[in-house]
Amino acid sequence: MTKQFPRSSIIDKLVLNKGQAARPPLFLVLMGAIAAIGIALPLVYLIIRTMGISGEQLWEFVRRRQTLEIIFNSIVMAIVVTLLSALIALPLAFLTVRTDLPWRRFWAIVTTLPLAIPTYVGSFALIATFGPRGSLLQSWLAPLGVERLPSIYGWPGVVAAIALFSYPYLLLSVRTGLQGIDPAMEESARSLGHNSWSVFFRVTLPQLQPSIVAGALLVILYALRDFGTPSLMRFNSFTRAIFTQYRASFNLNFAAALSLMLVVLVSIILWLEYQARTQAKYYSRGSALGRKRQLIRLGPWKWPALAFCSLVTLLCLVLPIGVILYWLLRATAPLAVLRSILSIALNSAWAAGLAALFSTLFALPVAILGVRFPGRLTTLIERASYIGFGLPGVVVALSLVFFGANYAPWLYQTMPMLIFAYLVMFLPQSVGTIRGSLLQVNPRLEESARCLGQTPWQTLRKVTIPLVRPGIISGVALIFLTAIKELPATLLLSPIGFRTLASQIWVATNNAAFIDAAAASLGLLLVCTILTLVLLSQEQYST
Amino acid sequence: MKRRKFFFLVGLAAISGSLAIACNNGPTATDPAAESPATLVATGGELNIYSGRNEQLIGPLLERYEAETGTKINVRYGDTAELAAAILEEGQNSPADVFFGQDAGALGALQRANRTKSIPEEILNKVDSRFRSPEGQWIGISGRARVIDYNTELVNENELPNSIWELTEEKWRGRVGWAPTNGSFQAFVTALRLVEGDDRALEWLEAMRDNDAQVYSNNTTIVEALGRGEIALGLVNNYYLPRFQEEDPNFPVAHHYTQNDPGSMINVAGVAIIDTTEHEEQAISLIEYLLTPESQQYFAQETNEYPLATGVPGPDEQVPLEQINAPDIDLSNLDDLEGTLNLLQQAGVL
Repeated sequence: MTKQFPRSSIIDKLVLNKGQAARPPLFLVLMGAIAAIGIALPLVYLIIRTMGISGEQLWEFVRRRQTLEIIFNSIVMAIVVTLLSALIALPLAFLTVRTDLPWRRFWAIVTTLPLAIPTYVGSFALIATFGPRGSLLQSWLAPLGVERLPSIYGWPGVVAAIALFSYPYLLLSVRTGLQGIDPAMEESARSLGHNSWSVFFRVTLPQLQPSIVAGALLVILYALRDFGTPSLMRFNSFTRAIFTQYRASFNLNFAAALSLMLVVLVSIILWLEYQARTQAKYYSRGSALGRKRQLIRLGPWKWPALAFCSLVTLLCLVLPIGVILYWLLRATAPLAVLRSILSIALNSAWAAGLAALFSTLFALPVAILGVRFPGRLTTLIERASYIGFGLPGVVVALSLVFFGANYAPWLYQTMPMLIFAYLVMFLPQSVGTIRGSLLQVNPRLEESARCLGQTPWQTLRKVTIPLVRPGIISGVALIFLTAIKELPATLLLSPIGFRTLASQIWVATNNAAFIDAAAASLGLLLVCTILTLVLLSQEQYST
Repeated sequence: MKRRKFFFLVGLAAISGSLAIACNNGPTATDPAAESPATLVATGGELNIYSGRNEQLIGPLLERYEAETGTKINVRYGDTAELAAAILEEGQNSPADVFFGQDAGALGALQRANRTKSIPEEILNKVDSRFRSPEGQWIGISGRARVIDYNTELVNENELPNSIWELTEEKWRGRVGWAPTNGSFQAFVTALRLVEGDDRALEWLEAMRDNDAQVYSNNTTIVEALGRGEIALGLVNNYYLPRFQEEDPNFPVAHHYTQNDPGSMINVAGVAIIDTTEHEEQAISLIEYLLTPESQQYFAQETNEYPLATGVPGPDEQVPLEQINAPDIDLSNLDDLEGTLNLLQQAGVL
């Protein structure tokens, strides 16, 4: 076995030819390659299908007024949603990590949970509360002569609903970033005469940039891929157009062409994000772990801070839970309904748990390759991993149906296949968080381990993984919470007869069986709450 | 030490993964009858169904079939269109033996792609020729009528429209809900084109759009919005309202059938046998079972749909099929969805 030396300026100069980058360890490359193949499958499928359309037809299709309109709608919607969720997530992250906000851990948990609420339940709750007529708000205002509220449908509804239920992506990412910043940097800045604001804007915020960008990227892609909200809010977005092609015309080729256009849009976003990356170093000389941090005292500011947390919780959690409980209490035997979904809840937790485990396992090499061994190929793999997440679930699911049934029938519609589908769709969620954490780890630490005779494998296990723990934990949480809600791939690729809470909710809402929908939603929320509690207890809290 | 622990975890993950595969091959917990020897009209064997109809509706019926015949039934429930798309993508390796679709459009799409097998003549004859494929490639199992649902607090019975054309009048401005992306709605538009021609259909769509018809994602959301009084009228299928009324007897919405226009057309949910099946015998036996008077009664009572096998009475509280003035349309002509979509897009509602 030849010994590879890690990248280090000194060792580079002494041992290797100048300019020759160190080769990444083989096991990382192999795992990265598996992930890359998974990521490439949907793309290959879309290209094969789009080739079924003649060039002339395709051009005609692309330049239709409707197509241009959905492109415009999708782009503007994604941007507004991202800005709005930043306005919610950044203050929340800061308050729950850095300040002496009362019941900090409680807020940390409840503000993460909206991720566990399926968009159709969340959007439905918003409509039931703020809908133009017959909604909760209108019935309160009716005595004042308000017959009809301004419509929530279209732009306001879609932007509010997606931002309210996707901001936790940004929140989790930024929380991880905040926890990874070495307190010594801010202390130095302060000792050099900067006040709190100046420290925040000149030290903290720039340090957070990778986390913010990673989180924002997930929010943008989520906004582009989500189907439930645009359809309930009656908004014409890319996903709705793609679904129309599948549902109404059974035209797989045009659906693929639209999806491919979405891929182009996603690629542009990924390229822009790549351009926004700097070569700056986000780590300090020492290790940030184990240092106590001074919490910021809020003083009288704690009241507006509490009001803000309460408002967000009210809209994103209390309202949907209220709707769920309202449905459930109409049941004659709510406990029996709840008991009936226990085995299904276990199915959900099992599938989402495996998805979280394996996706994180593969996200780790992708993130490490991208950060520690930057090259054209590793960057491409890291970037491309986001494409699966930017596509509507049904597109990814059908691409795996195509490859699975035709080229791997022994694997088709088995549990490993389903987990693989989750991996293709949700990998970037943990690539992003692990990448954010890894940027904050000084590579010298890993190099020292190598110099002291540890193998790459030992270095990874003993140095890198413990140091990127916050990123891994956030990644696991994100994948679990999104995989448990996933629908199209679960319906098409799971072992036959395998039922999950998400499929239960979907069936029940389609059937107007709101009691069953409520029971399953509550089950989903409980499973997710337990998981979030466990994960947050792993975070390192300074007291 | 730590290394061992890691490998233990990886091992555990690998084992649990293969366990999942093993479980998948074994019988699932929900079919106790699977192992018992065949009893009645035993056909035995296995049958994979892709069902766009959901489990709450047809699950009990399929369980009964399983118990009676000893045929092990595996069902993949999902969205009608997505399952049809999956069968198209699966090609020759499709595990599906039977497709149970919510609307004639999906069944027609499978037929056009040559993914269906002919159904024997004697079975086809059990159903009125209006409700099956003329080439015998799929057959209707239950019928659903298009209907105008209205909020009884907002609309008096005497002001109800007698035809869909009245919906374009000023007094309904912004008060009518429709779902242009919904399959049943599109089937209705196709019927409108057949009856009145493309130009008139386009005229109606544009007039509706200009009259500020409210767009919803599907029938359920329309009925839900009707209940809240967000809209006064909604173009939906007949079987959604009873579900709401079951949960809330005071739900303020009622049915209204228009006279002699596609506003009250009948569409079907039906089945097709997939061309790659190795269980044709069982598939045929299942279709026969679905068309027995008992099964047909089940659709009438449990799902408020219309039985299609000749001689079985319809649902209790709904207008009998014969009394609805549905226009006389050959459902097999409803498969020009492409044309309908073009029209909907031309009218700017899709």
